[in-house]
Amino acid sequence: MEPIIVIGSGLAGYSVIRELRKLDREVPVMLLSRDSGDYYSKPMLSNAFAQGKGAAALVQTSVVEMAKQLGITVRSHTEVHGIDVAAKRLTTTQGEPRYSRLVLAIGADPIRIPLQGDAADAVMSVNDIADYAHLREAMQGAKRIAIMGGGLIGCEFANDWAAAGFIVSVIDPGSYPLASLMPQQAGSQLRAPLAAIGVDWRFGTSVSRVDSAATGYTLTLADGSQLQADIVLSAIGLRPRIALAQTAGLAVNRGIKVDTHLRSSDPAIFALGDCAEIEGRVQPFVLPIMHAARALAKTLAGEDTAVVFPAMPVVVKTPTHPVAVLPVARDAVGVWQTLASGNGIKMAFLDAADRISGFVLTGEFAAERSEMTKRVGTPLAATGKADNIVAAESS
Amino acid sequence: MKVWQCVVCGFIYDEKVGLPEEGIKPDTAWADIPENWACPDCGVAKADFEMVEV
Repeated sequence: MEPIIVIGSGLAGYSVIRELRKLDREVPVMLLSRDSGDYYSKPMLSNAFAQGKGAAALVQTSVVEMAKQLGITVRSHTEVHGIDVAAKRLTTTQGEPRYSRLVLAIGADPIRIPLQGDAADAVMSVNDIADYAHLREAMQGAKRIAIMGGGLIGCEFANDWAAAGFIVSVIDPGSYPLASLMPQQAGSQLRAPLAAIGVDWRFGTSVSRVDSAATGYTLTLADGSQLQADIVLSAIGLRPRIALAQTAGLAVNRGIKVDTHLRSSDPAIFALGDCAEIEGRVQPFVLPIMHAARALAKTLAGEDTAVVFPAMPVVVKTPTHPVAVLPVARDAVGVWQTLASGNGIKMAFLDAADRISGFVLTGEFAAERSEMTKRVGTPLAATGKADNIVAAESS
Repeated sequence: MKVWQCVVCGFIYDEKVGLPEEGIKPDTAWADIPENWACPDCGVAKADFEMVEV
């Protein structure tokens, strides 16, 4: 029997195999990875510095051990060039393996914006453990770090490095941190605590030039101001990798289009993780991946299963001012209400029927994450809990 | 007493230490932690923890 082939050894690829092996020890599985295939924690890349962890220390399990534990064949350092969907065969740098079913867990690329200047190519991004190793090398002797993008990854890196004593500037065209995830009142909570540990926020502008300087680089911003940095990191966002699927003739949009069974437009090909657009939504976070992996494993084991996503809060690892958020869709109808504030803020998004459908917890309220998650879908007053509505803000 | 690790973020749960800040007392066996418990660092479910060697 031809194996199930999984392309990609990140959290999505390994999770689906791990879940499948809980259900079926026998079905042959082959994993193709363009990396080493070592298993590491990607979420830790943006908060490993303060913990004193280099790239090697982030590897939890070597590829050899993973292959043994999971009973799979792994082909490391293998690029997949094409999928012949009719013959169910791949073209790769290491032969042409055939599959019974194919799982695309190929992730996403960092979005890069075009920059002027003689050092535009020196801008780094961190999307995998090899990038992280390069960054750690560059950090030897560095003092000043400029981060393009004040979203989740930008804020996590800023907190991690500022806490370690680096001078960190964050440049973002928006007006407050974490703007794509939460309303201004909530995102703004991060400003003062991070500024207090040394983060220099530059909102309302963007980087236009990066030029070599006597030491490090000179950044020229769109507002005409300049700043100096030894390292420039771009953390603007991710773009799902769709080229392989598109070339093979699969339906793509922003990501590889799949249904609730993680099935693409070809019935033998599935996708999950950062490359997938599940019923119109790309969710490049840990919890959606874990839920998708569990459902897909059942389907691959013979029990056709649709993924059902519960409320999945996103944790922003900014220990100086922790944040948990259950984001709402951009077009969601409702209002954000402040339920409490102090050293941080607690806000809920109420839908048209006054039910909680999103929330933000920052600072001292971040610890209420599991309690708030349980209240999702219920009216604000239903639990009998005394929430003092401090203020309401239209969405 | 055993030690468990979140496969996603590397968070360690040590049965001997418990998680007093989350109301889990020292010497709480993994089996006695509620199934709906989630990793305090990354939010993944109890099922996504694996035992690590100590």
